[in-house]
Amino acid sequence: MSGSDPREELVDHLPAMRAFAISLTRNGAIADDMVQDTLVKAWTNIDKFQEGTNMRAWLFTILRNTYYSNRRKAKREVADVDGVFTENLAEKPAHDGHMQMADFRRALGQLKDEQREALLLVGASGFSYEEAAEMCGVAVGTIKSRTNRARARLAEILGHNENEAMEMTDDATMSVLSASKVSSF
Amino acid sequence: MNTPKKDDRERAIDENLKKVFDQTLDEGIPDRFKELLSQLKQQDAEQGSQK
Repeated sequence: MSGSDPREELVDHLPAMRAFAISLTRNGAIADDMVQDTLVKAWTNIDKFQEGTNMRAWLFTILRNTYYSNRRKAKREVADVDGVFTENLAEKPAHDGHMQMADFRRALGQLKDEQREALLLVGASGFSYEEAAEMCGVAVGTIKSRTNRARARLAEILGHNENEAMEMTDDATMSVLSASKVSSF
Repeated sequence: MNTPKKDDRERAIDENLKKVFDQTLDEGIPDRFKELLSQLKQQDAEQGSQK
């Protein structure tokens, strides 16, 4: 019993792991299975964790490896962007910003995996570009450009919806907007 | 450096990202993970006594 057991720390990172996994997979059930696998791997391989280093980064590395190897194994099972995900959202009560969040999630789902991942690591999980680069096994510049492209793409996708949300006041406006939306796509 | 407009856009996107994350964080830790951790701990305690 010398010092503290790093495994005691695992639980502290669970919520962040789930948030990352859910955003990455867009499917709560798959995400939680992934987190569970990661937890077991981390627990049984705790000797490979170097104390004093960033445990969250270590866990996220395992998590994303689990994601990519599962995805290769079961490509057909991978989340449907608009099905499961929006279904879950629909259960939540409608409130201000609800539609925008749903749009945002959907837009996030339209990004390429590598771009979404970079953005989630840097923009939401609070990792540095350097940490994210190490986790993904790519150069720092690659993470930067993926993050930038992800942001630009999101802005592009959401650009349409932003206009809609502001002007969605009556049916007439809506029909005009949806008509223009069709033509602009 | 970045233009102000780009900064705004990035901030808006990052705020939304954080909201998406916070929704999950607010859910806390599902029971299945608490159970899993205590199972792992239990298993370890049993193995540890054999080492």
